[in-house]
Amino acid sequence: MQARRVHYLNVDYGVKSWLLTKDHKRIAILYLVSISFFFAIGGMMAALIRLELATPAGDLVQPDVYNRLFTAHGVIMIFLFLIPSIPAVLGNFLIPIMIGAKDLAFPKLNLASWYVYNLGAALMMWALLRGGADTGWTFYTPYSSMYANSEVILTALGAFIVGFSSIMTGINFIVTIHRMRAPGLTWFRLPLFVWAHYATSLIQVLGTPVVAIAILLVAAERLLHIGIFDPALGGDPVLFQHLFWFYSHPAVYIMILPSMGVMSELITAFSRKRIFGYRFVAFSSLAIAVLGFLVWGHHLFVASQSVLAGVIFSVLTMLVAVPSAVKVFNWTATLYKGSISWETPMLYAIGYVGLFVIGGLTGTMLATLGFDIHVHDTYFVVSHFHYIMVGGAVMGYLGGLHFWWPKITGRLYPAFWSKISALLIFVGFNLTFFPQFVVGYLGMPRRYHAYPEEFQVLNVLSSAGATVLAVGYLLPTIYFIWSMRYGERAGSNPWGAYGLEWQIPSPPPTHNFEEKPVVTTEAYDYYTLKEKRVA
Amino acid sequence: MWKNFPLFPDKATELAAEVDQLTFVFLAIALFFSLLVATLVIYFAIRYRRRSEGQIGETEETGIWLEIVWSVIPLVILLGMFFWGAKIYIKAYRPPADAVEYFVTGKQWMWKFQHPEGNREINHLHVPVGQRIRLTMTSEDVIHSFFVPAFRVKADVLPGRFTSIWFEANKTGTFTLFCAEFCGAEHSQMMGSVIVMEPQDYEQWLAAGQPEQTVIGSGEALFAKYVCNTCHFPDSAARAPILQGIWGKEVALSDGESVVVDANYVRESILEPTAKLVKGYQPLMPTYQGQLSEEELFQLISYVRSLTSGAAESEDSVAVGDSKESEE
Ligand SMILES: [Cu+2]
Ligand SMILES: [Cu+2]
Repeated sequence: MQARRVHYLNVDYGVKSWLLTKDHKRIAILYLVSISFFFAIGGMMAALIRLELATPAGDLVQPDVYNRLFTAHGVIMIFLFLIPSIPAVLGNFLIPIMIGAKDLAFPKLNLASWYVYNLGAALMMWALLRGGADTGWTFYTPYSSMYANSEVILTALGAFIVGFSSIMTGINFIVTIHRMRAPGLTWFRLPLFVWAHYATSLIQVLGTPVVAIAILLVAAERLLHIGIFDPALGGDPVLFQHLFWFYSHPAVYIMILPSMGVMSELITAFSRKRIFGYRFVAFSSLAIAVLGFLVWGHHLFVASQSVLAGVIFSVLTMLVAVPSAVKVFNWTATLYKGSISWETPMLYAIGYVGLFVIGGLTGTMLATLGFDIHVHDTYFVVSHFHYIMVGGAVMGYLGGLHFWWPKITGRLYPAFWSKISALLIFVGFNLTFFPQFVVGYLGMPRRYHAYPEEFQVLNVLSSAGATVLAVGYLLPTIYFIWSMRYGERAGSNPWGAYGLEWQIPSPPPTHNFEEKPVVTTEAYDYYTLKEKRVA
Repeated sequence: MWKNFPLFPDKATELAAEVDQLTFVFLAIALFFSLLVATLVIYFAIRYRRRSEGQIGETEETGIWLEIVWSVIPLVILLGMFFWGAKIYIKAYRPPADAVEYFVTGKQWMWKFQHPEGNREINHLHVPVGQRIRLTMTSEDVIHSFFVPAFRVKADVLPGRFTSIWFEANKTGTFTLFCAEFCGAEHSQMMGSVIVMEPQDYEQWLAAGQPEQTVIGSGEALFAKYVCNTCHFPDSAARAPILQGIWGKEVALSDGESVVVDANYVRESILEPTAKLVKGYQPLMPTYQGQLSEEELFQLISYVRSLTSGAAESEDSVAVGDSKESEE
């Protein structure tokens, strides 16, 4: 152990060895750097938004600037952070290892996806430097296609290109999971993290082309004045909303499903127990992916959709709630008679379950037609999707990062500070977004730069919460970086967790496994793991 | 900042009370399930905390019946809430037959209103209490959304077609109107109010406005101005369909399809006469695209509707789902 062991990080230090790497683990690190950077930018936009909203008058920035801020916040967080976050970083790093492979099926495609991502991101940043777009991340027509006086095309083109990187990752995962599983690793022995990514990849590959087409059509109308969405040119403005949400609702599941996969890993690892209802949790991911394509019309309940269509989309949306509920109940049941340790990743997991339940339940409220009429396009919706996207996806990502950080870097981070940060994030998050449910029900519309005075108290609470949240996010940034140099050495399995990734050294060697592993047990089979150790 | 700090929105319609009821029941359900999960998670996490380093969890068999129970119970509850919500939705978007029709135009960044008596207003709409009011709405540019929280009503206002919403205020007062769909730079300034008055005060207010003509009167004048009656006259020899009695009827089209005559169809027929040609007629009518303002278009349509007796009270005119999309 004392002799310098060669692993994927120290095998070569040259810049070229990183930029031209085909190692899935190094590509994961490249993605980690990129998405962290964009998370910081998107976060700064959010800070400015909350600062502006601390007072009812629009006194910090001009309305035009405000509109560009929330557009940039949405576009960056969704396309440049949330969609790639767990798949491109944790999925990239872990899927080959979890299935006992030495890399993804198409390593070059994997590297290419990172370049494509950065190309799209660069276009978006260029658009931002030129003033940015002011349409909201939803790009609704005919405002976006004919009226907006901002960098709509560049921004949309950026999103279009980034979409291809997620298609590339999706294809890579699907093929890898089908073809490269270790001997004995049957479908029902796969870690649920892999199942969740499989479902996610299906959505990425099937859904992304549709939004790509919608974006191209907006660009065509803007540049060539072909009447597609603008009635003045003979188009249909609502058509865009159908195309957009046909992808963007499933995209919500692209963002949340991987975090559900992370949850299943964390909860089993820190309960040291096989997951309750393995097949139900696995198939619920697929059910969510499939049903997710049938519910887009719930974004159009007040948009002149026919009453019948509204009714159909409402009931279909209720159905999606069931597989999500199934997951929550199975996670809860997994804790029963477990051996539960309260380490940082588990704190994130417990927080996640709470926030996801609130996010999910408010989602079913929004799917209820009579209720949605009132709260559609208000802060109630804003709060709901932040509970899912931040309370869910971001908490899942951070929980996963804390869980696998010792594997990725070979180092431990300070336990005390990481627990403080988990607590700050949980408290700050609720303080930021819970008041928004109330202010939304009161009627405050979203995307308002200034608002009536009676909404101020709740907005001030929200802005205060955002400050706490910011500190909560800053801490991990500091101690993660600190740990890379000064952190205690982690050893191969610091948590005593099950899973192939914990059976190889940390950080893993370039080819992951010295010899091809053979899998003989079910996933999370702690019982056999213990027997083996004792034996 | 602390004065005037409500936690619950004002209620000024019966619909508002119904929506609130749904909200309270749903909140109770949500609270129950959140607390259930939270309690179990925290209880298990404490009760089964790891006591020795090497300890592992007890394996147990997956209980199929448990899976069924916790899939079916949420499903049944959610389906119940779905039916309740759908009932309110259908009511909110089906204007009652006796509702009085007002015309709303949204444009960047103001609301324009016209009363049936002809009075016009900007950003503020005066209405009598206890009167069912239907708003027929359109936009001159981008999508806006008409939202009065105290009434719990909202509907997008689209360019190029009519949408509608209705309400019946049950108390007097001034209620904020928001534009809820992002529509550009001054979106958050596109606010106004609905001022609900006692009927006699409303009559007075109307009279003080001294409108030149009612909406239907203006429509009749436009009908004459554009000499629509050279073709559209009540005689079977006419070169165009007879408008008297046509409202709300299903007519056969030259392409073999059929269409119900409603506001969106008449609108399309004025702007794009050949799009859905009535069977047995030649495509002779010129387009009036660009010659009529949204308001004039609405006046003309109102006049056409008045030619069918009882049509003003027919329910079919414009529900939220217009003819264009209903097949979807
Ligand atoms: Cu959706
Ligand atoms: Cu607006």
